[in-house]
Amino acid sequence: MSRYSAFAIAKNALSYHQGWERAWAKPEMKKEYDAVIVGAGGHGLATAYYLGKNYGITNVAILEKGWLGGGNTGRNTTIIRSNYLQDSSAAIYEKARSLYETMSQDLNYNVMFSPRGVMMLAQTEAEIRGYKRTAHANKLQGVKTEYIGPQKVKQLCPIIELSGPRFPVLGALWQPRGGTARHDAVAWGYARACSDMGMDIIQQCEVTAVTQSNGKVSGLQTTKGSLKCKKLGIVVAGNSGHLADMAGFRLPLESVSLQALVSEPIKPCMDVVVMANTVHGYMSQSDKGEMVIGGGTDGFNNYTQRGSFHHLEETVRALIETFPMVSRLKMLRHWGGIVDVTGDRSPIISTTPLSGCFINCGWGTGGFKAIPGSGWAMAELMAKGEQIGLAAEFGLNRFQQGRFIDESVAAGVAH
Amino acid sequence: MLHLTCPNCGITADETDLHCDGQAHIARSGIDANDDELENYLFMRHNPKGVHFERWRHVYGCGKWFNAARCTTTLEVFGTYSAQTTTPPKSLLNKIKKKRPEWEGFIK
Repeated sequence: MSRYSAFAIAKNALSYHQGWERAWAKPEMKKEYDAVIVGAGGHGLATAYYLGKNYGITNVAILEKGWLGGGNTGRNTTIIRSNYLQDSSAAIYEKARSLYETMSQDLNYNVMFSPRGVMMLAQTEAEIRGYKRTAHANKLQGVKTEYIGPQKVKQLCPIIELSGPRFPVLGALWQPRGGTARHDAVAWGYARACSDMGMDIIQQCEVTAVTQSNGKVSGLQTTKGSLKCKKLGIVVAGNSGHLADMAGFRLPLESVSLQALVSEPIKPCMDVVVMANTVHGYMSQSDKGEMVIGGGTDGFNNYTQRGSFHHLEETVRALIETFPMVSRLKMLRHWGGIVDVTGDRSPIISTTPLSGCFINCGWGTGGFKAIPGSGWAMAELMAKGEQIGLAAEFGLNRFQQGRFIDESVAAGVAH
Repeated sequence: MLHLTCPNCGITADETDLHCDGQAHIARSGIDANDDELENYLFMRHNPKGVHFERWRHVYGCGKWFNAARCTTTLEVFGTYSAQTTTPPKSLLNKIKKKRPEWEGFIK
């Protein structure tokens, strides 16, 4: 792989930029791999990358039914934060956030990580208490956050309306090193690095069956033929239930649609990410000037990648209350993604009843921020085959054992 | 927007008048249930790509519960029926089977 650098740009300019090589190879599928990852989204590619980088396992295939980074990796609102309440979530999300800090250098690919700061508005008495509690918890966990008053909120984000019609802004939980990153670049950067390590990324290849012998995974049937593997990692977000069916176990998941929208580009007006969980909307401004907007999930099981209009209306209403100046913005694009939600709103990174098969799912509405940490933990799980490290608490058996990692309360709604 | 006909009051209501409460026909575990049964009852859910049986409540209407059969990939509603039953009515199952011959049938 030739490295990207200012020198490379100058050198390629001499040949009219005709000499750039493909970012990742387009290999034929081999008959056998040490490990196969199903799903070439951010989480799947990060898993493969850390399998190679941390554990030297490079005889790996990453199968993708569509194109890489074409699922929720390309459909989220790119927010990165780690201000969680529970220790095990704070640990994995903070690991992810810290890996984002150096990701562009590690991957030699500009992921445009922008630690511009994330604030979560407190708009009720309960939220003030909740966020102060989270700020104290974060202090003990080593996550740098702080509870700030309304004047500091206004100073950091001048376009905000503090005395909203329904819910005034009473304060906020502020994480100065949270922010955003270019979501596609995260997938592309990992894909390029994986391909460079000799891993095979096979796109447009859908898994149709999981083969097993004596309770152990032995391979896969796909639309591009069959292959053998010693270890299998299922990292397919909304389609996890479908794959788990093939592997013969059930999951405590429901798939629902989560919508987002993007406005026409306007001049720079806010340089932080603001989440308003009581009125339920969140917004940031992209480098192109578009306002990137997200809200809550729809209320029923859905695989259609589109959602209900009235949920969008709720989100927009919330944002107009919080930022009156956006009321006449035109929206350019609107889309939905399928998110897999667990009972306690925390992910599953786990061994499964099928030996050699591992699953990483249930990231619900907040997976993008976790990509590097999730890959790091999943790679350790797959390499060592044990529920240890960052993934220790995220096992599938926690529901039966009553060990919930209860972020549905801690995170309010927008997760 | 989804439109469902409430079998209790007969009104065809918009999604905004209704509330979905997830998978229908989950049998409650008794006090002698073991850990597996309790986990199944509390957490494990069918999450099919296709035909799904679910509980709905006509919250901004008659206020009563009912069940619906719906496709999660096309949002087609096959029908609604009373919540006072442990399995979907035969006629509805036949109707779905006719429309979706590849469907594996109702799994409790």
